[in-house]
Amino acid sequence: MIRGTVHKYGSNVDTDVIIPARYLNTTDPKQLAAHCMEDIDPEFVNRVKPGDIIVAEDNFGCGSSREHAPIAIKESGVACVIANTFARIFYRNALNVGLPILECPDAVAGTNAGDTVEIDLESGKIANVTTGKIYTAKPFPPFMRELIRVGGLVNYARSRLSQKSDAS
Amino acid sequence: MGQTITQKILAAHCGKDYVEPGELINARLDFMLANDITAPIAIREFERIGAKTVFDKDRIALVPDHSTPNKDINTAQLVKTIREFAKKHNITYWFEIGRVGIEHTLLPDEGLVLPGDCVIGADSHTCTYGAVGAFSTGVGSTDLAAAMALGETWFKVPEQMKFVYYGKLPKWVGGKDLILYTIGLIGVDGALYRTMEFTGEAVAELDMAGRFTMCNMAIEAGGKNGIIAPDEKTLEYVKLRAKRSYTIYTSDPDAVYREVVEIDVSKLEPMVSFPHLPENAKPVSEAAEICIDQVVIGSCTNGRIEDLRIAAELLKGRKVHPDVRLIVIPATQEIYLQAVKEGLLEIFVEAGGIVSPPTCGPCLGGHMGVLAEGERAVATTNRNFVGRMGHTKSEVYLAGPAVAAASAILGRIASPEELK
Repeated sequence: MIRGTVHKYGSNVDTDVIIPARYLNTTDPKQLAAHCMEDIDPEFVNRVKPGDIIVAEDNFGCGSSREHAPIAIKESGVACVIANTFARIFYRNALNVGLPILECPDAVAGTNAGDTVEIDLESGKIANVTTGKIYTAKPFPPFMRELIRVGGLVNYARSRLSQKSDAS
Repeated sequence: MGQTITQKILAAHCGKDYVEPGELINARLDFMLANDITAPIAIREFERIGAKTVFDKDRIALVPDHSTPNKDINTAQLVKTIREFAKKHNITYWFEIGRVGIEHTLLPDEGLVLPGDCVIGADSHTCTYGAVGAFSTGVGSTDLAAAMALGETWFKVPEQMKFVYYGKLPKWVGGKDLILYTIGLIGVDGALYRTMEFTGEAVAELDMAGRFTMCNMAIEAGGKNGIIAPDEKTLEYVKLRAKRSYTIYTSDPDAVYREVVEIDVSKLEPMVSFPHLPENAKPVSEAAEICIDQVVIGSCTNGRIEDLRIAAELLKGRKVHPDVRLIVIPATQEIYLQAVKEGLLEIFVEAGGIVSPPTCGPCLGGHMGVLAEGERAVATTNRNFVGRMGHTKSEVYLAGPAVAAASAILGRIASPEELK
């Protein structure tokens, strides 16, 4: 169970504002997290606590394919991102690095910055503790549930690789 | 049932005759790439997967183009990691400084991405190669790591969207103007998860450079891939360069599209996208009296010889405005050399501009032309997000090479028609 405070943003939060290119000369998650959201919300890194939740409107994570973006968010302590929609490369990257994401427009509309929210990732249930409202996120397709179940793409690729070498 | 070019390529790469939009497939990959920003994480994840070596050393390109020539010690360390990986696994297409160029110009010019290919790259503008009739899309580093080990990746077959451009292209209106207009029309998520297939007589009229520009910016509308079915111009471009055999696919007349958008190009003006989203596209005549500090002509969007020729035609015998810094970046060494031979670089230098080695540099605010607080640039690049080229209070206006060159001369955003 995830429980945390909401940090709310609008539409088209791009990966350049999530982690600006001037910090892409490192791959260290801690150094990336120190600049997370810097160009859209400079106070974010001082405010964020482990377990917190980012809530945003449309097309979250658009722009560059930099995996540094979901890595920075995850390392900053954020436990889940809820949005109306995600840009497709960010969606894949978040799954691959193990950052939970949920699509749920009703929850986005019904949540404000500073609200306390509880999330059950298994069922997709999102409870806004501040308002008492409960929402259900769109479930992941079966293949993506399988990816999450095995612990991400690295583990999936490892077992696929051994299947392939057994077959050859 | 009829299929689009994108469906046919994906079907052929997962051993099927037909694929349906929404279907999840495991596709064989013909080629893949990473750059100096994305490769280091891909290499780390590749090692975590535990593969002994890559699936095929001839089908991977490692292209250090973003922060190179190395801009600082950290970058030098990261590029060193890639160089060592390339040597350890005997990667054929590792491009060292002096041979490297901007990845999305370099790979098609080297004949490494070809019609009918299925390609991924750890860079969002990998969608550029749709211009040669390939399915090509951007992914992150971990996806690329798994692909380097397996030679395959998963895709959801995208919904299909067709754009039909008809009418005659006015002077100074090119591929950049068509794509900026299109993104303005449908928005930065107007093609989210979808294919953008560009068709029609105006696209047929475009040279390959203009077609690369259009497919390059499909991602700026949220698209999974941009694509243009090959024609004689494509084949003429590909045949002298191809390093492998290739297959031509075209869309069936009864292919099914989720949406068809028709655009009359005959009345279009050169376009300018205002800060801070590519969808803020306006005709250049509506951009009056906007003074600028910098002009960048280059990038994977507009760094080809055709783009440099347009800029040089306007800059010849003229001077860059005293308050403007003009930075010209040929996208590859081949283009750089061609520009030398044609006397284009002499024109830029005589005009008071600077010529940079091939690099992505200023496009992402990395180096070679970063903006200060309050500064404004006109750039032929592809993104104008907050802080993209430098300070969060700087501004980027996106345009094609003609508007960029005219703006450099007049010191404000200007149409080439304004030059006396």
